[in-house]
Amino acid sequence: MTQMNNNKNNNNNSNNKNSSIDRDVSIDRSKDTSSQMQRPGGGRGRPGRGPGATMRLVEKPKDFKGTMKKLLRYLKPYWFMLLLSIIFSAASTLFNVLSPKEMGKITTELYEAVTHRAGNVDFALIGRILLILLFLYLSNAVFNIIQGFISNSISQKLGFTLRKNMADKFNKIPLKFFDTKLHGDILSIVTNDIDTITFTFNQSLSQITSTVTQVVGVLVMMLLISPLMTGVTLLIVPLTTIFVSILVKKSQKFFKAQQRNLGNLNGHIEEMFSGHLVMKIFNGEKKSLEDFSHLNENLYNSSWKSQFLSGLMMPVTGFIGNLGYVAVCIMGGYLAVKQTISVGDIQAFIRYVRQFNHPMSQTAGIANTLQSTAAAAERVFGFLEETEESDDTDKLSNLNNLKGNVTFENVVFGYDEGIEIIKNFSADIKAGQKVAIVGPTGAGKTTLVNLLMRFYDVNSGRILIDGIDINDIKRSEVRKQFGMVLQDTWLFNGTLFENIAYSLPNASLEEVRNAAQLASAEHFIMSSGQGYDMVINEEATNISSGQKQLLTIARTILSNSPMLILDEATSNVDTRTEILIQKAMDNLMEGRTSFIIAHRLSTIKNADIILVINNGEIIEQGNHEELLEKDGFYATLYYSQFDTVSKNSIKRNNQVD
Amino acid sequence: MKKILSFLKKDVYRILIIFTLTFLQTMTGLFLPSLMSDIVDIGIVNGDTPFILKIGGIMLLVAFIGILCQITARFISAKLSARFSKNLRSSIFAKVESFSLPEFDKYSTASLITRCTNDVTQVQHSLDMTLRMALSAPLTAIGGIIMAIRFGKNLTWILIFSCTALVFIMILNFKLTVPKFQKIQKNVDKLNLITRENLSGMRVIRAFNAEGHQNEKFDQANKLLTNLHLVIGRIMSLLQPMTMLIMNLTTIVVVWLGSRMVAGYSIKVGEMMAFLQYVMQIMFSFQMLSMTFIIIPRAMVSVRRIEEVLETEPLIKDPLAEDLLSPEKLGRVEFENVSFSYPNAIEPAVCNVSFSAMPGQTTAIIGSTGSGKSTLVNLIPRLYDVSSGSVKVDGVDVRHFEQSDLRDRIGYAPQKNMLFAGTIESNIDFARDIEFKRIEEAARIAQASKFISEKEEGFYSPIAQAGTNVSGGQKQRLSIARAIANHPKIYIFDDSFSSLDFKTESNLKKALNEETKDSTVLLITQRVSTIINADKIIVLDNGQVVGMGKHKDLLENCKVYYEIASSQLTKEELA
Repeated sequence: MTQMNNNKNNNNNSNNKNSSIDRDVSIDRSKDTSSQMQRPGGGRGRPGRGPGATMRLVEKPKDFKGTMKKLLRYLKPYWFMLLLSIIFSAASTLFNVLSPKEMGKITTELYEAVTHRAGNVDFALIGRILLILLFLYLSNAVFNIIQGFISNSISQKLGFTLRKNMADKFNKIPLKFFDTKLHGDILSIVTNDIDTITFTFNQSLSQITSTVTQVVGVLVMMLLISPLMTGVTLLIVPLTTIFVSILVKKSQKFFKAQQRNLGNLNGHIEEMFSGHLVMKIFNGEKKSLEDFSHLNENLYNSSWKSQFLSGLMMPVTGFIGNLGYVAVCIMGGYLAVKQTISVGDIQAFIRYVRQFNHPMSQTAGIANTLQSTAAAAERVFGFLEETEESDDTDKLSNLNNLKGNVTFENVVFGYDEGIEIIKNFSADIKAGQKVAIVGPTGAGKTTLVNLLMRFYDVNSGRILIDGIDINDIKRSEVRKQFGMVLQDTWLFNGTLFENIAYSLPNASLEEVRNAAQLASAEHFIMSSGQGYDMVINEEATNISSGQKQLLTIARTILSNSPMLILDEATSNVDTRTEILIQKAMDNLMEGRTSFIIAHRLSTIKNADIILVINNGEIIEQGNHEELLEKDGFYATLYYSQFDTVSKNSIKRNNQVD
Repeated sequence: MKKILSFLKKDVYRILIIFTLTFLQTMTGLFLPSLMSDIVDIGIVNGDTPFILKIGGIMLLVAFIGILCQITARFISAKLSARFSKNLRSSIFAKVESFSLPEFDKYSTASLITRCTNDVTQVQHSLDMTLRMALSAPLTAIGGIIMAIRFGKNLTWILIFSCTALVFIMILNFKLTVPKFQKIQKNVDKLNLITRENLSGMRVIRAFNAEGHQNEKFDQANKLLTNLHLVIGRIMSLLQPMTMLIMNLTTIVVVWLGSRMVAGYSIKVGEMMAFLQYVMQIMFSFQMLSMTFIIIPRAMVSVRRIEEVLETEPLIKDPLAEDLLSPEKLGRVEFENVSFSYPNAIEPAVCNVSFSAMPGQTTAIIGSTGSGKSTLVNLIPRLYDVSSGSVKVDGVDVRHFEQSDLRDRIGYAPQKNMLFAGTIESNIDFARDIEFKRIEEAARIAQASKFISEKEEGFYSPIAQAGTNVSGGQKQRLSIARAIANHPKIYIFDDSFSSLDFKTESNLKKALNEETKDSTVLLITQRVSTIINADKIIVLDNGQVVGMGKHKDLLENCKVYYEIASSQLTKEELA
């Protein structure tokens, strides 16, 4: 998924410059190029996730050291457990390393007995050694289990803390961040990245310690048995390492190609399936299949190559291991004949060579694991270190009985630095007045809402409620003063009751029903079978968009705030229900200052103040009659709407008015 | 499983080769310890250095043959599994492309996408694993046991005992963890859901100061997830040490008993050493096998999901050749007593609708959300088939058309504007080989010329996947251009002007009027002002026609229409 998002991302960026004016401001803002360039590796193809993560494509963090340091800081509370884990892991490996030598003693004893003592075996000695071995094996298992338990619990606690911190952080980051980021990317940080961290941490914690202990321990044991044979073995080890690194290097290219091809193919699938209706209607089947087969062929070509190369790793390291095995057998045999080492030591040495070979081929894996841990952690920390909204705990709160006078004083604002889209805007809105915000699609009508709700802060100038600068009020308090119905409805997985009472958690059924009635939602709620207990499913697909809108309105009605923001409040509601809603809205707006983003001219006509917005700027301001008189942008807009009815009749009507 | 396996039919001999090669490679691996035992029992005992060197040379050769076999097997299997997934993927894709809307409703788009992407990857992955490991593991185990019997004779029963213990532990582990993994998946979904809620509902959450509420929910899910992970992590961290322990205990028993046999000269020391190595190899192969046990159940789920798709026959198919008709292209659309119900729906979405739309006329369909407007027009290009009655185009039931012929006659601008990766030109053309001049014209009519010309590359400006790099209004205009580019005889506009501002809409309609003079136009809308001049207005309510006629007439005799109109027009306009 992510990788697909990134693809889109790239496309977006490349087309960024072509589209500026004629486009929704909200879309524009989602393409802040600089913020998206932070993604390591240029964006494409994150491994270990998404539909196509078959192969490891190692992702490099930007700052490995720094990120690891931060991660360690998170582990500080667990330092004791960590230490224990390392000790246990080292101990269990050590027991493992000691056992072949002991086992070899038995073999030697047997060999000696058979060849020199006519089969007179010292069973007491063998029994003793076996008891030592039993002790070694049991301790190895116990220590290993304890180590596993400890590192598992550390990594899960780490994951828990990281997730919790991210959730907390969510509420402290300004909206600008979320408007400029793809939601899929943030989602992937919360789930995939944290998962990667906990999983790889758990894995590598024991791996690193045991690898180091094993390499050192085995080396010592080998040297004890025969420095000469050790020397030969050590000649073979670099062979493995060199080969592995060559293979990794060579195959990266194919992994990348595979990842990219898979992304393209999956992108095509996603696109064609989502646009199935259009594809069908325009007989696009053939073209789609052609494109698909082309992409599929590309994927095939890169996929088998990368698979083959990665499949080579095991046989070749295995072969090199076998070379070591043969070398040990020959040398060991030769030395044993010369009586410089015992038969048991050959056996032990064979085991050691295998034990030595194994961690060596693992180191490449561990290095990769650490890299992807760091890359994931880097994104998580990147999020956790995002600049927060300024602290407002000492600002005004508990503002009761606000009347709802709203004043804009020389407000200047722009989403991007250097581009002001509101230039020196002033307006004085009396309590209870209706403000209609009007303009063509994509003109930036939601900007004012963003400012009023303090989702964004003004660059300069002031917005005052009853004479108080909203920057002096706590954000949560400002928002409490507004009832809001947004362009996108938003409901959560819960009962209808819970959804309506979201704004007033202690609301009684009576209050909720009143609100629902006012919003004309009662009818569909009662006919749903389960009434207010009906559960909205996770995707909120079990109710219609009109019904969603009604619920949102009911929720707003219940919140009973002195000011309202209605953003296309009724655009998703069918025309008949709309009549009912408009009545309810009229009741609701009575005595409340209302900001309405509306396309409907009937709403606009009744507004006390109309703000006409084009290209983000407020270009005209006044009531319906004044603006028509002015014969400017608003007038053109208005007349073109009623073209079919005829301009004259409207003009006549106005004159009658 | 059958269906998926049939994709491997042609590869049977390749699989056999892989099998043989793997077998050979396994045998070479098993041969080495036996050679080693010769070195000990003959070479060392007799102090015969040349013999040791000779056997050593043979060992090298054997090891080399082993790797040759293995690399060849890997080469064949890499190609095989990649081709397998290529073929599988393309037949699923082709199948889904042949689906009509009922099948999409049944599976949901998202699920079809995962089936074609994730599920295929999953199956490919496990095929790969099977070819690599699952094949060599049992071979090693069997070969190892045979060799062990040859060398160890009476020691073999120990092996059988400890292998049983290993299998038991694996099954136990499997039984314990699988249900937990399912629970974890559910919890991860839940956490995802809450995070998505937090993201998409951020403005509302902040507006209602409900951050605490959301955090509590997240916290709960987080705790649950962490606890599940803790439990499952513990079970998993038991597995590896336990199997290791069993292996080690086995060697202790083998050595104890073996040393007695050595003392009694019934086996040689080298043979016992070889036996110990076989024990190790056998145990390792069991561990490998257990890895495939983890993958296969997951793959089976994917296999089932894929087969479900492959076995689904699209409901809407072209008629048999003898029933095929292709009348002259006029543009007439007739509905005769048409009813339509979605599968499993209690009430019909469209009920007993009859009307006709003629060339040169604009027929508007108005009604509240969910009244069945879109469903009604979807029956014309046969995106769904009627439950009863008949939809006729140019006098012939749509079920007698070849689907492509039928759809060629129709220009459809759907409610959800969908663009595809490519250029502006390719989106309007849509693989229909339309002349560039006509494409320009279509863009001009759709009021898209201006923004297209403002782009650096004009008509060849890139469109991102799903058209994410153009605004809603631009998408809608391109979608309209696409619908009209082919000079269709029937136009269907499903709420196609909703994202346009009034000025653009009125310009577009003026241009369209000229274009659609001789065609049939079907117009779905919510705005009364759009259709005041329509030749025929059909008022839908709950899937039924409650009024039909001209604006003026309907205002007088249709209550529903009057209500709709009165909410949008001023008193004077209603009069």
